Amino acid sequence: MTLKFLSFLYLISIFICNKKDATIIQEKNSDVTFEWVVNDVEIPWGMAFLPDGSFLYTEKRGIIFYYKDGKKTEVGRPPDVYNRGQGGLLDICLHPKFSENNFIYLTLARKPEGENGGNTALIRAEFDGEKVINYQVLYQAKPFTTAGHHFGSRIVFDENDYVYFTIGDRGERDLNPQNPKSDGGKVYRLHDDGRIPADNPFSLDNGNKSAVFSYGHRNPQGMTIHPETGEIWAHEHGPKGGDEINIVKKGNNYGWPVITYGLEYSGLKITDQTSKPGMEQPLYYWIPSIAPSGMTFVNSDKYPEWKGNLLVGSLVFEYLERLELKDNKVVKRTKLLENLGRVRNVIQSKDGYIYVSIENKGILRIKSF
Amino acid sequence: MMHWTFGFLVFILFSWGINQQNPELTESIQRGEGIYEDFCITCHRANGKGFGKMYPPLAGSDFLLNKREESIRAVKYGLSGEITVNDKTYNKKMEPLGLSDKEVADVMNFILNSWGNTSEKMVTVEEVEKKVKN
Repeated sequence: MTLKFLSFLYLISIFICNKKDATIIQEKNSDVTFEWVVNDVEIPWGMAFLPDGSFLYTEKRGIIFYYKDGKKTEVGRPPDVYNRGQGGLLDICLHPKFSENNFIYLTLARKPEGENGGNTALIRAEFDGEKVINYQVLYQAKPFTTAGHHFGSRIVFDENDYVYFTIGDRGERDLNPQNPKSDGGKVYRLHDDGRIPADNPFSLDNGNKSAVFSYGHRNPQGMTIHPETGEIWAHEHGPKGGDEINIVKKGNNYGWPVITYGLEYSGLKITDQTSKPGMEQPLYYWIPSIAPSGMTFVNSDKYPEWKGNLLVGSLVFEYLERLELKDNKVVKRTKLLENLGRVRNVIQSKDGYIYVSIENKGILRIKSF
Repeated sequence: MMHWTFGFLVFILFSWGINQQNPELTESIQRGEGIYEDFCITCHRANGKGFGKMYPPLAGSDFLLNKREESIRAVKYGLSGEITVNDKTYNKKMEPLGLSDKEVADVMNFILNSWGNTSEKMVTVEEVEKKVKN
């Protein structure tokens, strides 16, 4: 009787312990073929496709390139880029009505003249097909510090032309992520001209940063819109073992650093807590950390077997991860494009192809199958 | 009993001597630790042992301890091409970090005096300025 009971407990504990680990990544590289589109890059951070199939991409050192008809051309150098540590020129995104207004959006670590440090900014500019002009700061996070890490950042638009962008905690996890009065550790939402939407969750009263849309983030470097639900999906770098995927919703608190599944790099605990009322649980968390960057859903007909899958770059393990989902749960993970280099970004082009940017290598297109 | 006391006294004097001689070094190492935790720790790790086949160790690294100028230049400008560290080859590009010469000196002093590494000669801002110019 006791033995049976113990066996039962044992089985239960195995079940519980394995529950979170149900998705061991598939080691075997699946048969993916690809072709290089752009060679000779440094750190290709952001990519954005134009309606005609050409695309813009950013390099962290501060340059915007335009790729068209097999040729890349430098088209812009935004002012005040703070190329330090993880900082530099980051993401790029087109306005949904780009064909009418030529607007492009950039995030960058920015150090204005006279300041001793930097912080993340959202910039709007115009691209006329040849040059990027009229750089305009729509949002500038503060304070300017010399910390070289956790700037974020990704940009997306939703169907109502709101622009969302992320800023990391800037290395001040006890000051920023849980405090609506300070910048950092947040997802922000603005109108396309930089105005703050009246129904953003934190009102300006009490000195809140009213551009904030959600908080309790650490360093989100992947964000994309779910092609069917229109929801905003984001992932973020956790500490050791705490990288997360979250569905970002208005006013939600994602818990950093009060709750986390990760540890300090040294292996020490940050907190005992992995959950708390009023704080969201991640949709998925990676153990070990993959250092995720870039994220897109596949919904094109070019890769029928991948439809509905999520693709995420891994900086530290240097592969592209394909996550299969069922009812908003990760059920299978597969490594793609192994051993090419640090995968910085992944995006689905307007014509449905997957493009992947790899540090110090280039930008490649996965062939359809 | 006597020699224990004597040994302890020598130890105290010796430690005191080091601190007295190098308060600048102690401060530089402290600042360097902050820089390390910000810019270096994700690849070279908290224990300085590096990571996998791509990120070489700093702890006990013959490259760091013997190639002072190359190390200073690597911290300032990054590094590319193949290098050998403790008989293993590494060929991963290290990005430029964007550090000031003072920060380079501080983090050099930290890594030269951590995890069992020791270096008699302190890295100064002047030395960094000189070495990164050439």
